[in-house]
Amino acid sequence: MASAALLIVLAPLVGFVVMLIMGRQVKEPTAGWIATTAVAVAFVASVVTFFALISRSQHEVTVNLFGWLDVGTLHVNAALLVDPLSMTMCLFVTGISALIHLYSIGYMHGERDFNKFFIYLNLFVFSMLVLVLANNLLLTFVGWEGVGVCSYWLVSYYFDKDSAASAGKKAFIYNRIGDVGLLIAMFLIFRTTGSLNYVAVFHHTGLFTSSVATITVLALLLAATGKSAQIPLFNWLPDAMEGPTPVSALIHAATMVTAGVYLLVRMSPVLALSSSGRMSIAVVGGVTAFVAATIATSQRDIKKVLAFSTVSQIGYMVMAVGAGAYAAAIFLMVCHAFYKALLFLGSGSVIHSLSGEQDIHLMGGLKKYLPLTFPTFLIGWLTISGVPPFAGFWSKADVLGSVYGFSKFLWVLGLITAVLTAYYMSRLFVVTFRGTERFREVTKGHDPHESPWIMTAPLVVLAALAVLGGVLDLPWIHHDSIAGFISGSVQPVAGVASISTSAQWVLAAVDLVAAVVGIAAAFTIWRQTSPWPSRYESSFLERVWLWDDAYDAVIGRPAEHAAAFTGEVIEPRVIDGAVIAVATSVRRSAEGTRKVQSGLLRQYALAIVMGMAVLVVYLLTRSW
Amino acid sequence: MSIPASWFLVVGALLFGIGAYGVLTRRSALIMFMCIELMLNAVNLTFVTYAHALRDIGGQAAVFFVLVVAAAEVTVGLGIVVSVFRRRNSTSVDELSEMKG
Amino acid sequence: MIAATYTIPDVLIFVSASALMLVGAVGVIAMKNPVHCALSLIMTFFGVALAFAVQQAHFLAAVEIIVYAGAIVVLFLFVIMFLGVDRSEDVNVEPIVGQRPLAALGVVITVAGLIAMLAHARWVTGAHSATTGGVPTKGGNANIKELGTSVFTTYLYAFEITAALLIIAVVGAVLLSRRDRLSRAEELQEENA
Repeated sequence: MASAALLIVLAPLVGFVVMLIMGRQVKEPTAGWIATTAVAVAFVASVVTFFALISRSQHEVTVNLFGWLDVGTLHVNAALLVDPLSMTMCLFVTGISALIHLYSIGYMHGERDFNKFFIYLNLFVFSMLVLVLANNLLLTFVGWEGVGVCSYWLVSYYFDKDSAASAGKKAFIYNRIGDVGLLIAMFLIFRTTGSLNYVAVFHHTGLFTSSVATITVLALLLAATGKSAQIPLFNWLPDAMEGPTPVSALIHAATMVTAGVYLLVRMSPVLALSSSGRMSIAVVGGVTAFVAATIATSQRDIKKVLAFSTVSQIGYMVMAVGAGAYAAAIFLMVCHAFYKALLFLGSGSVIHSLSGEQDIHLMGGLKKYLPLTFPTFLIGWLTISGVPPFAGFWSKADVLGSVYGFSKFLWVLGLITAVLTAYYMSRLFVVTFRGTERFREVTKGHDPHESPWIMTAPLVVLAALAVLGGVLDLPWIHHDSIAGFISGSVQPVAGVASISTSAQWVLAAVDLVAAVVGIAAAFTIWRQTSPWPSRYESSFLERVWLWDDAYDAVIGRPAEHAAAFTGEVIEPRVIDGAVIAVATSVRRSAEGTRKVQSGLLRQYALAIVMGMAVLVVYLLTRSW
Repeated sequence: MSIPASWFLVVGALLFGIGAYGVLTRRSALIMFMCIELMLNAVNLTFVTYAHALRDIGGQAAVFFVLVVAAAEVTVGLGIVVSVFRRRNSTSVDELSEMKG
Repeated sequence: MIAATYTIPDVLIFVSASALMLVGAVGVIAMKNPVHCALSLIMTFFGVALAFAVQQAHFLAAVEIIVYAGAIVVLFLFVIMFLGVDRSEDVNVEPIVGQRPLAALGVVITVAGLIAMLAHARWVTGAHSATTGGVPTKGGNANIKELGTSVFTTYLYAFEITAALLIIAVVGAVLLSRRDRLSRAEELQEENA
């Protein structure tokens, strides 16, 4: 089992190294196949490890690779922690990554830097697996940074486009701000418990004072907001849509952005120590879900709608974590990975058929041209809107049910968000696939064509998973399902009221009503796309509640002014001035001293006599 | 032994001072030389005074040598003054200021 | 101060010697004409010789007159006449700023300091010197013999070196003051021209 676990992490790394070494010698599809095979091997290894884990009695295995740091009292090993939480993450990360790798071989066909894409993608998968499988915070941080860097590279994949380069930087910088939170949390945890190893830390949670625990939890929340794009660090995610669509699907929907939620769930024993921390987490999640959902209703770009949808759904997950419903959060994470990847890859298929057009104003009526993309996208749409029996319905009901017991206000917020979710997804679906055709200028009169099998096959697989994903946690098999599986890895929270089964069914029905309301509203408004019903769009919402502008005004401009001031005033006057002043003073003193050399003999003689006089006076005073 | 040595020493000091003032003040190279001879004589006077007071003939031997060296110095020095005069037609030392910084 | 046992003639001799010296010195620095300065210098030398003689340095007194007054000052006068610089120099103008006051200050401090130091050290202690220049001390009248013995025994090296120095000086003086010899060809050209 240890070797299988090691293989999970090693396979993508080997793929990365092999492709890096071979460089340009591999021709186009080969690099893609190498990468896909590497990730598929990792998936198989995950499955093997998973079965090996559940066949054991103890559900927690540490696979030690090598000793890494041994500094003073800090002992950190490079070791893998195989337990239900990490195996769940591994399974869906490797599985979806493999499908997306396969899809990318078709999508990135003809790109100039085909090999580079897969090199980065494999490195990303490796980093994500390190993040998930690490048994200590430091190794997790290594993976954390690794996925951040790969995200930066992949978002700026089209690096000669200014917007892409800026988006990459924005993503990385926002991530970095969140990383400060993770570092502070690590410092506090090490200081309190003397170790960074998860198992060791969780045994010593009694050493935390409540204020230290709260600060640690808030620091972890900051890290999660950076990585998982929550308020206040969420506006990098829409910009990150500059990257190619498979990147958006993999990194910014299914895997990297869930890393923040994973961290919080992993640190559940620490979270259990601070109820104010957990309330903050839940509020951040809820508010983010709501705000993002409102923004998504007015977006023009198909990928931006999905990006804000991601932010909103992760808001749900974070809210569930705050409410103590860790299993619900993980369940939603897995289902979300399925249907969001499906939606992104589907949108990629649409974009591909329209030669790169992403504006939904210029789509419409694509139903008859995309016979495979359309039904899979339809399934994705129904899932995310919360229509039973698809996976989205069950996961959303799980989350909202848990939140109802935690805070009624957040539950109402979550419900409104569910209505909005159904609304904006239906809007997207209707405008893109039904209605009149508005894309003729973009395709120059040609018909859009369906994507090749290499792109549609993953769509089909993901659609199937979206349909069947609900079985992971149906309410009546709660204890034998993923919830029961994961509960071994997380610390349950005391004092959270659980609701009765009948209440759960009522709430589920309410969720269904919300979904129907949203869908109906969208269908009524958006059936007619000419003229465009822009009454129902708002520029305030479209511009992300002016969030970017606010940051620009409060942080960006002052920083620019400070930089300009430093460059134009401080640098020439103070710094250069100091250096020049030194030189000038040396020169002046030299010029002054130069006057002593007058060349006049008598002045030199006078100097000698004066010296003699001084000497005489000195001797005189000394002898007295 | 009759005159106290201190009187001669004071005279010697005064002579030295006058000579020094002359070196600093006069511009002609020749006259500066003469003032230097004054200073040397003051020193000689001091030596002899001490030789007499301490009954040490070494003082007089020193004067002997100072005399010889002064003679040699004047010889060479005046040779230099003559050479310089040939070039510049003036013995003023203020004009020899080409070594100024 | 040693017990003063001086008589009137001694004081007179001292005063005249000092007067000669000091007046002559002031004359050297104050006269405008270089020839007058040289003559003042001779006066100074006579005063110095008198002081030497009073202090039982008879040989040195004689040598002082012969060498200094008789040779060195004559040499000075030769050069003055030869170069023709016996015209008066303007003593009133001092081109260098502050030279005179500063010179006066420096000199006054030095001299005063010297005298003060000597006074503080009680001039001469009166004890006889430990060294004798290599000569057994006598009453103090066989001056030439003592000096000669000392120079040719204790200070022999210095004597030889100063002799060499004199020769070098002579050679140097000759070199310094000769005009450049024209080459043989140029001389012929000059003659034919």
